[in-house]
Amino acid sequence: MTQTETRIEGIVLDEGLMVTLTELTQLCGSSGRVVRLMVTEGLLRPKGRDPDDWRFDGLEVRRARRAVRLQRDLDLNLAGTALALDLLDELEQLRERLRALEHQLGQRRTRQLG
Amino acid sequence: MEYKDYYKTLDVARDATQAEIKRAYRKLARKFHPDVSKEPDAEARFKEINEANEVLHDPEKRAAYDALGSSWHAGQDFRPPPGGVHHDFHFGADEAAEFSDFFSSIFGREFHPGAQGQRRRRGQDQTARIAIDLEDAYRGATRQLRLDIPEIGPDGHVTSRTRTLNVRIPPGVTQGRQIRLAGQGGPGINGGHAGDLYLEIDINPHRLFTTDGKDIHLRLPIAPWEAALGASVSVPTLGGTVNLKVPPGSQSGQRLRLKGRGLPGEPAGDELVMLEIVTPPATTDAAKAAYREMAERLNFNPRAEMGV
Repeated sequence: MTQTETRIEGIVLDEGLMVTLTELTQLCGSSGRVVRLMVTEGLLRPKGRDPDDWRFDGLEVRRARRAVRLQRDLDLNLAGTALALDLLDELEQLRERLRALEHQLGQRRTRQLG
Repeated sequence: MEYKDYYKTLDVARDATQAEIKRAYRKLARKFHPDVSKEPDAEARFKEINEANEVLHDPEKRAAYDALGSSWHAGQDFRPPPGGVHHDFHFGADEAAEFSDFFSSIFGREFHPGAQGQRRRRGQDQTARIAIDLEDAYRGATRQLRLDIPEIGPDGHVTSRTRTLNVRIPPGVTQGRQIRLAGQGGPGINGGHAGDLYLEIDINPHRLFTTDGKDIHLRLPIAPWEAALGASVSVPTLGGTVNLKVPPGSQSGQRLRLKGRGLPGEPAGDELVMLEIVTPPATTDAAKAAYREMAERLNFNPRAEMGV
């Protein structure tokens, strides 16, 4: 077992990041054809009209990567993948709201006890 | 190396039919898929499930595995039978490169490092989670990350290497965001590029604030007279204390927005302050007298809207 140490800086996949169709296919290990199908399905929503002008932000990159993996690992078709992604997004939002509400409820209880 | 009980991993009997194995695999794959699962060890479990399936779903590999006998149990020290190793199997999944030593001792590897004519392959992308405090998300931070990286040695065996990465987390990251660290994932095969490492951010619960994307939320206790008469009150924000004007006639549950006081970015988030009127305790004679005076003078029924 060896050990190495590296100092590195990454790129945040957020709204500020913009990648082209070619870059996206590299990031998600997929083909241009598959990405175009995802756009047609409404699973990805790039800015720009033609595939040459398409720009995907960091959130779309994450979506595309998830879609590719889910399709491959769970043998889903495109419509099923789109549905799974929408439900996962909703689940994440609900989890965040639940976290916030539980936190606020916790604060209230403490105040009552104090 | 440790013996792996693939039947146990998929939770099926040793005499399970191929259909039962497929069903068990699909069910576990959905449950532990790293993109779906919230289980902390989902990534590792998913790998184990895939490895078990790679063996059991293929009748040839399953037969070779069964030929080891049924007296082994998971975790037992395993030595491959002398001379009885089969190296002519095919692998469906790219992940086969990262399957366990136990797996490759029986089935060999599709990829033999250094061998001529082998296809160059990019390493696997990897995902890791990292928990940071909200203050770190606001200011940015450097975090040390220890990763166990599987490496394929010159003899084709898998060894583990601990790597320490000092990762700079830029200001303004939000819950669930990923940071891509190019070339820090699994090693490439036959001179291929290394995969990428994706770090997923988890923000620890904070004593005062909750987050919603770049916005942060705060419940702010105020006194009844501050709500009724209006006041300028001190409010904590991630960047320090600021003054907030509470308008006259405010009520509990009303929200005020401190623009740009949330997590930084283009645009920065806001801090949303929810007012919560807190009544002072009536524990002294003077306090009781003050409450009684209010009751007499204000002619106030808080339940008027209920018709009672």
